[in-house]
Amino acid sequence: MSTQPNGAGALAPEQKLARFLGVFSLSLGAPQIAAPGRVNRLIGVRDDRGSRRWQRIVGIREIAAGAGILSKERPVEWVWSRVAGDMKDLALLGSAMLGKAEDRKRLAAATGAVVGITVADILDAVALSRAPGRATPNGVRVKAAITVRRPREDVYRFWHTFENLPQFMDHLESVEPRGERGSFWRAKAPAGMKVEWEAELVDDRPGELISWRSRSGATVRSTGTVRFSDAPRDRGTEVRVDMEYQAPGGLLAATVAKLFGEEPEQQITDDLRRLKQVMETGMVVRSEGSPEGTSTRRLLRQRSAQPLTGDNGKRVPTLEGRTS
Amino acid sequence: MRATCWEGKNNVQVENVPDPKILNSRDAIVRISSTAICGSDLHLLQGYIPTMKRGDILGHEFMGEVVEKGSEVRNLAVGDRVVVPFPIACGNCNACLAGLYSVCENSNPNAGLAEALMGRSPAGIFGYSHMLGGYAGGQAEYARVPFADVGPIKVENDLPDEQVLFLSDILPTGYMGADLCDIQPGDVIAVWGAGPVGQFAIASAFLLGAERVIAIDRFPYRLEMARDKAGAETINYEEQDVIEALNEITAGRGPDACIDAVGMEGHHSHGPVHAYDRVKQAARLETDRPHALRQAIRACRNGGTISVIGAYGGFIDKFPMGSVMNRSLTIKAGQCHVQRYLRPLMERIENGEIDPSFVITHTMKLDDAPQGYDTFKNKEDGCVKVVLKP
Repeated sequence: MSTQPNGAGALAPEQKLARFLGVFSLSLGAPQIAAPGRVNRLIGVRDDRGSRRWQRIVGIREIAAGAGILSKERPVEWVWSRVAGDMKDLALLGSAMLGKAEDRKRLAAATGAVVGITVADILDAVALSRAPGRATPNGVRVKAAITVRRPREDVYRFWHTFENLPQFMDHLESVEPRGERGSFWRAKAPAGMKVEWEAELVDDRPGELISWRSRSGATVRSTGTVRFSDAPRDRGTEVRVDMEYQAPGGLLAATVAKLFGEEPEQQITDDLRRLKQVMETGMVVRSEGSPEGTSTRRLLRQRSAQPLTGDNGKRVPTLEGRTS
Repeated sequence: MRATCWEGKNNVQVENVPDPKILNSRDAIVRISSTAICGSDLHLLQGYIPTMKRGDILGHEFMGEVVEKGSEVRNLAVGDRVVVPFPIACGNCNACLAGLYSVCENSNPNAGLAEALMGRSPAGIFGYSHMLGGYAGGQAEYARVPFADVGPIKVENDLPDEQVLFLSDILPTGYMGADLCDIQPGDVIAVWGAGPVGQFAIASAFLLGAERVIAIDRFPYRLEMARDKAGAETINYEEQDVIEALNEITAGRGPDACIDAVGMEGHHSHGPVHAYDRVKQAARLETDRPHALRQAIRACRNGGTISVIGAYGGFIDKFPMGSVMNRSLTIKAGQCHVQRYLRPLMERIENGEIDPSFVITHTMKLDDAPQGYDTFKNKEDGCVKVVLKP
């Protein structure tokens, strides 16, 4: 199982720039906190208690931004927070220019430097926002595989009946057939919202491969391919899934990722585990900690391992309960 | 119902909780007649197993009467007396069909958590953390038993609970420890840890044809049980150098196989060595203290087998891989595949070849579970095994 960012492993240019900005934040913040007086003199601001206090406040902000940026692979919010900080800095420098300046040449140079870094921050924030986490330039791509101890024909037929998909795909509410090659999909979205789209079969090789994609006009464009092959010896069927979700122009792909779980690759892996459970044991396996069965959202928000109370019990879907 | 709940490190309480319900058609509900505290429950008690949550019901050794069953449980009837194996196993996956029930591929709904720690997920276990499934345990009045059509063994004789209860875990676990040693006539087997599992490993090694079995521990009363009840020779590692004593017994060869029935919370006779691992464990630089395992590896004869049935949770430090590799040792390990051993061991009990009740030193009411945990943990009052009666 893996996701495929553009250029596996390597950092994209906007990520490299973010790293630089993070280090820059840290190396600016440290002297502002430790030696605010010296920084004041360096940038030509009058050195008094008030300006030193501002240096320290700005320094703390820089350290926070630096640490935030370096702690994430795609620190979109943190780089935007730098942009906001830049605006504040320019305002401070402006007011210094009007009043407290000691050395106007130095102050002008400092302001120029901040303008330059502001441009870099804005460019990077925009670039990071355009191509967010775990995303191809156009969307989110996930791959996963599992071995199911059932004949290849059975697994193929189960998947080919798209109405079965919600039994093991956690985010799907229902899939209904529409004509010969079409189907209508309903999925849960955050905050109780729902997304719906129409999909069509693109390729269908019995016992081997099923490929589908959403019809044009869908809010969320998606394509998916599942391949079936015999596992070595008598171990059943190897199932390999490759799916991609694409957002229309305005909607960010990160939002799409959230639609389908914060961790798309964990989610598709967990979905395949449910497929395996259903095909091998005839049911989704439930525990008191995970009463809905394997679910990425549940993993880190476990119930205590205690029997469910009456109300909880009713909310738990039974084996066939996903029909509602 | 009343149930023993984990309420944080070193804090268990018997509380009122909802009665269990059938969640799947292959579930059964069992009214528990006897349950026990396992040595591995102490790892949970003391906070060494991650992903515990307040309120989790503990306990994975239990038996009782079927009071309700799902529509697909056809092998059991309401009223049947059953012993429940601690690993939850589906019986359908490749692992189960190969007899590797404790690594069932379907029974852990939280497999993603276990994968984060261990790379791949083992089976779910009753009352043994959320990374192993988040299943409510059996130190309670009732328990839900998933895959009841696969796991539980019906007790069709009138042997008392005390003689069959330990089929749920410690008897097959000790037996598997000996089974993994591939014992040949004339073999000398050394067993680290004379707790309940160690006692059964000793007894099983004899059942499987060992010539001599040596038990290693530091508590005289446990060594006495190993001598008197299980027939072992004994080494108290606080009084004797273990390697020297084993060399003496085996004329320099070393034991043919070594069984680690201690696990992650071992002790070392040399204070500073114990302190080193204790500190690293407290600082979470290693999660397990592997004193017994290290010594077992050093002691084993060239080409011998190390059988690990003591529970480990995560990572160990200073692992003598050079000794393993250069001396052609084989390491075998596993949570017990209980389902595999249930029938043969039930037969051995019925035939009088072994009476597992000899390890029981304390029988208490379920409501006294916190005291039972304390007595067992602190090895007070000659405690070897605590059985709880709901």
